[in-house]
Amino acid sequence: MRERAEAAAITAGALLAALALFALFLLSNGRDPAAVYAVLWLGGFGAAFSWQATLTQAAPLMLTALCTAIPARAGLLVIGGEGALVAGGVFAVLAGVAAAGMPAALGAVATCVAGAAAGAAWIALAGALKHLRGVNETISTLLLNYMAIAVLNHLVSGPMRDPAVSLKATSWSIPQDTMVGNLPGIGVHWGLAFGVIACLVAFVLLKYTVFGFSIGVLGGNARAAQLVGLPIGRLTLLACALGGGAAGLAGAVEIIAVHGAASSSLAVGFGYGGILVAFLARQNPLAIVFFAVLVGGISASGGLMQRRFDLPDAATQVLQGLIFLCVLASNTLYGRFKCFQDRAVAA
Amino acid sequence: MAHRLRNSRRQFLAGSGNVIAAGGLAAMLPSLARGQTKPMTVGFLYTGVRQDYGWNQAHGVAARQIARLDGVKLLEQENVPETAESEKVMESMIRLDGVRVLFPTSFGFWPFIVKTAPKFPEVLFVHAGGLWKDGDPKNTIGYRGYMEEPHYLSGIAAGRMSKTGKIGFIGAKPLYFIFNNCNGFIMGARSVNPKITCQVLITGDWNNPVKEAEAVNSLVDQGVDVIVGNTDSPKVVIETAERRGIYSCGYHTDLSALAPKGFLTGAEWNWGKGADFVRAWQTGGAYPNLLRGGFRRDMVKLSPFGAAVPVSVRAEVMRARQGFADDKLALYRGPLNDNEGNVILKAGESIDNEDNKFKLGVKFLVEGAIGKTGLAR
Repeated sequence: MRERAEAAAITAGALLAALALFALFLLSNGRDPAAVYAVLWLGGFGAAFSWQATLTQAAPLMLTALCTAIPARAGLLVIGGEGALVAGGVFAVLAGVAAAGMPAALGAVATCVAGAAAGAAWIALAGALKHLRGVNETISTLLLNYMAIAVLNHLVSGPMRDPAVSLKATSWSIPQDTMVGNLPGIGVHWGLAFGVIACLVAFVLLKYTVFGFSIGVLGGNARAAQLVGLPIGRLTLLACALGGGAAGLAGAVEIIAVHGAASSSLAVGFGYGGILVAFLARQNPLAIVFFAVLVGGISASGGLMQRRFDLPDAATQVLQGLIFLCVLASNTLYGRFKCFQDRAVAA
Repeated sequence: MAHRLRNSRRQFLAGSGNVIAAGGLAAMLPSLARGQTKPMTVGFLYTGVRQDYGWNQAHGVAARQIARLDGVKLLEQENVPETAESEKVMESMIRLDGVRVLFPTSFGFWPFIVKTAPKFPEVLFVHAGGLWKDGDPKNTIGYRGYMEEPHYLSGIAAGRMSKTGKIGFIGAKPLYFIFNNCNGFIMGARSVNPKITCQVLITGDWNNPVKEAEAVNSLVDQGVDVIVGNTDSPKVVIETAERRGIYSCGYHTDLSALAPKGFLTGAEWNWGKGADFVRAWQTGGAYPNLLRGGFRRDMVKLSPFGAAVPVSVRAEVMRARQGFADDKLALYRGPLNDNEGNVILKAGESIDNEDNKFKLGVKFLVEGAIGKTGLAR
């Protein structure tokens, strides 16, 4: 209980510090921070419509955050959500097109499975490099992002290009009936349901299963895990594949719920946003749901802030960057406040 | 300090007197305001930034023109992707900012406009492009200028200024309006110097600065000494031309600042024409759903002449401009062949400047062009 209170207090403190720093940034630009924060609230959470925009942004963030959070339990710092999402999107299109003629529901399932499998393979590649060759997984997943985006751009402007779409390089479209619409009643696409369910499943998996316990041991001390006979290689690969699968699913959802085809619009930063969400949530899948909504809200209010205050559209990214820095810096504070320590330990 | 909290009777009377006076004034306000147009918020969406020396900037200029209208308030959002995200941006502008006229300025916004417009009959959607067709929502407008006309004028300046007799055209995509612009440029040049030839290069991308710079360099190496670029932002084309010491013509918006020495003139949109639609929506007046036009309908403009252009050439260009404005000069007029020797128009024949069917079907390059459309005729 005390641990949780400590995490909540320190994360909240880091968020407030980031807001204060952003206020200084706004003041230096001659804007009134109070007015900007009021608009940020309005654009993210202040109206029913704002909630729709926020949840639409939050849906892929939940899935890409898992791409960092699940491997993190095994002690791996994976930042390849963007690449896995893109790979998932490309293979979702391939599956969707190949499944044309099948019943629509089957086509949608095939699309999602293909996307998740592609994302899983993409990050598992980094896991394999780590286990077999000792390649740093942070560097390799970062570089895999660039590779995925380059491959995407190559495919949509060459082999997979739909010549009928002349204005922007775009792949073939999946059949219209494969597209899934919005969740009934709330105007947000099905990705939100996928995101929430994935987070719940990940929570149960990490907390209540042998697998979850095993990768926890691996993350805590790899040498110890080896000594007790845990299959380290398999666990590393599996943790990476599960995380990558979640991000790949996010890519597939972008295809079947939003775009209908692959293009450079797939790589718009959901993968990187997911890293921020995972760190805010301290790699806890349940907390990811909450923080994805928070970060989604900040992103969703970007347009409104731009219009009302003539701030550059990168302003919300400045805020997200400040939040990320503050959260990272706040990690040094754990264990420093007496009130959060166990009395037995403190005494 | 405490005594200040207690109001004396005199203060109360004076205060209430002020309130009554203010109330009276407020009651008079509606009658003062009558005769003015009702306030209206106008929203612009750009795919990029509005200082891109190109397409978006042309719209940014128009937005500022429209903002000067009575009672109009302008809101703008840059870097809106041409995806379902743009629907959310439009809705957000309507619901949270009370926007009543939207200008989603990029081609790729059109499908999302068609989806969104029926949900908001109180909002007018004005799209830069001639995509409106029967059956599309009545509260949408497509408008687009004939840029081939100002390209013809640029061509006259190019034809007069070229010393080598070789000019160049760099296009983004093999599309009808790019071919029209290219043809206009060449026909303008050949109207003053029939020996002119024009190298035509299509890069394949709206925005590929590396390819565009390479194209300019290779054209200059082949002796081309006037160049025009038809891409999203011809900034790189014009800057490279300036660096290589040749002349250049602009596209989209006024680019004269990029080439103080070599800029001749350029083809500009007059998206400010959108002010008419805002006015109509404000006053309940009539508006067209589809509007195309050239100088005659004030839909296009010519950039200011660069310092290099002598007075005699300026006069010649302005005479042709007047010809378009008065509908006395036809852009496509015979005798005219394409660059493969096929007859397009015989002597005496001409195509009406507002013959959209002909212009939308242009898949050829006129005689004098060196290059291919890459399309089957």
